[in-house]
Amino acid sequence: MSKQQLDGAQALIKTLDDLGIEYIFGYSGGAAIPIFDALETVKTKMKFILVRHEQGAVHMADGYARATGRPAAVLVTSGPGAGNTVTGLMTAMMDSVPMIVICGQTVTWMLGKDAFQEADIFGITIPVVKHNWLVKDSNALPRVAREAYHVATTGRPGPVLIDVPKDISQGPFSGEMEPEINLPGYNPEKDFDICPEGVKAAAALIANAKRPVILAGQGCMIARADKELMHLATTLDCPVTSTLLGKGVFPENHPLSLGMLGMHGTAYANKAMVECDLLINIGSRFDDRIIGQPSKFCKDAKIIHIDIDPAEAGKMIQPDVMIVGDAKAAIAEINEKIAPAKHPEWNAKLDGYRKKFPLGYKKQGGLRMQQVIDELYNLTNGEAIVSTDVGQHQMWAAQFYKNHESFHWLSSGGAGTMGFGFPAAIGAQFACPDKTVISISGDGGFQMTLFELATAAIHKLPVKIVVLNNHYLGMVRQWQELFYEDRTSGVDLVGNPDFCKLAAAYGIPSVYIKRPADVTKQLEKALAYNDGPILIHAECVKTDNVFPMIPAGAALEDMITEAPKTKMAKPVGST
Amino acid sequence: MITTTDTPVAPNLGGSGHTLSIFVNNAPGVLMRICQVFSRRGFNIDSLVVSQGRDPSFSRMTIGITGDPAGLDQIIKQVNKLIDVIHCFEHTSNNSVTKEMILIKILCSTDDRSAALQITEHFSGKTVDLTPSSMVVMITGDSPKLDAAVIMFSQYEIIETVRTGKVVMARGEQPT
Repeated sequence: MSKQQLDGAQALIKTLDDLGIEYIFGYSGGAAIPIFDALETVKTKMKFILVRHEQGAVHMADGYARATGRPAAVLVTSGPGAGNTVTGLMTAMMDSVPMIVICGQTVTWMLGKDAFQEADIFGITIPVVKHNWLVKDSNALPRVAREAYHVATTGRPGPVLIDVPKDISQGPFSGEMEPEINLPGYNPEKDFDICPEGVKAAAALIANAKRPVILAGQGCMIARADKELMHLATTLDCPVTSTLLGKGVFPENHPLSLGMLGMHGTAYANKAMVECDLLINIGSRFDDRIIGQPSKFCKDAKIIHIDIDPAEAGKMIQPDVMIVGDAKAAIAEINEKIAPAKHPEWNAKLDGYRKKFPLGYKKQGGLRMQQVIDELYNLTNGEAIVSTDVGQHQMWAAQFYKNHESFHWLSSGGAGTMGFGFPAAIGAQFACPDKTVISISGDGGFQMTLFELATAAIHKLPVKIVVLNNHYLGMVRQWQELFYEDRTSGVDLVGNPDFCKLAAAYGIPSVYIKRPADVTKQLEKALAYNDGPILIHAECVKTDNVFPMIPAGAALEDMITEAPKTKMAKPVGST
Repeated sequence: MITTTDTPVAPNLGGSGHTLSIFVNNAPGVLMRICQVFSRRGFNIDSLVVSQGRDPSFSRMTIGITGDPAGLDQIIKQVNKLIDVIHCFEHTSNNSVTKEMILIKILCSTDDRSAALQITEHFSGKTVDLTPSSMVVMITGDSPKLDAAVIMFSQYEIIETVRTGKVVMARGEQPT
């Protein structure tokens, strides 16, 4: 091999750099050594971050993407290394998050022969990626990497995986560095052709609506349709609710904002769903935690559904008007066709609900998670990037940390992956070094990926690691209390470590909060520390419940806003 | 690739049966991706024919399925969404021709042979293997015709049958 000649791995790394990938999160291993070697031999602008577990790497890439809209790469070895990315891929797939995962693989002539650390990661990951490749030609690596980037970042984004056998990464490269991509079955450019009939029909429904509501999903954020959405809402004097993942695309401190809807959404957002006569869903896939019982969802309302993914049309809810395409392009077209409107009665009615069913919490009888989150919101003026884990704290964070702009809320919605929040916050902090990044986790989820404390400490990332500790898997315990006669089963986290001492073991300082009166002072202290990560251990009341709540599979009008006095039937929906 | 079935009774593809024609990249794993779309949504694949397209970089799949018709629309959209799928169309008997081939192996002594050959002739079939004690008959046509042939040959002892599964082509100038 001449000095100038590249090998497959070098061509791959060079291509990733050319594509503008900024970070590679990863963990090495035998089958990936040639690719790791290329990180040393090829001069790039990319930074490699060594994590402590492959799941951490995938969630970091996820957090990076959710905070920027751009993909990061993940580099892991074959077998267990690749297998450990599956949960993270599934998480990203469910929430349409772009990322490029590259796995080492055994040499091609050993494929299917149970070689050391061999796993059929191509087959394993088919259901959890937008697309994947098993590369069998070194010269194909630049093309595959370019196709992977294109697939991950266009249309409805999603994770992609490239499986690279060791002889392919190690083999000599004599191909083209900038080949044409070849994806005849993939035409995302069509997403910007908005059907004029659909726009006309939507505008007609909008003109006739007396009680319209906009449901803004993550699709608006991905399309960067914030301005168009604001124009639509303010022109129509139309209230806006958002999904969990859409938080921030319409500022939640705006008078027209209803906050989040759904199972633990605000009462006023869910009331608006029940009473509206027109629902304009832009970029939400009508998740089951939003619609409850499909047959009763918005049953008296006309429904406009805008989605980039044709497979979402009619999947859960049959709309009156379906527009398939990019949210920004679609809203811009609709904005051309609408006249300014006023809906004073409708908005006054919703204001009534805001006053009647405000979000609140007690400041007596022990520390509440809500207070910590509420105070974080106040102290950061709602400007921080907030990642959450999954469970009660996630729903309270969604309720009390109002997001003012896009790409500031990182939460595993579709997959509900515990262990997501902390590594996602690390990824976001790498992406946005000058922003305040707050990781809010419960004691359960934090312990699933706490090993990344090392990664945060080594890179002196000023992530604020909030652990809201109630010594329970609180959301499951809440269900058991409400629907299973309070039989707690498998939820008591006896033996939690002292989280402050745990942080200290990694050289990370911490603050401890137990009294409601100490919250502000301690959080101020933690937020002022920017020399590296700091852990905030909040010792919270053990048994508290998230309200409002719509039991899974129930209709939105069956929402409960406080603890029921009588026994409740087991939910018919799944979770 | 052609799949085979040993069941002497043909699957009933009338009523809730549907035929999909899927044009795909000729790439490893495509079949797996498509099968996952079906199995995850509770659709059972009754027949499946895959072969290289006229341009060898593409393949043609004809899939006969049964399942909840309400879910079919969703299946077609999900299949179309796959990166390796160029297009996926549903075909009905009104707008397409469907053909299938069956091989029927029967125990048939010399005494019974002429009657068996009559049945073969009735179905415009061919004898493709003959021994003193057995014969293999090949018949092509639409699925009900093949079902009828199986019933007629049931008066002999059928050792096994192999069906190719349906292939479909749109009528007229429409692409399949």
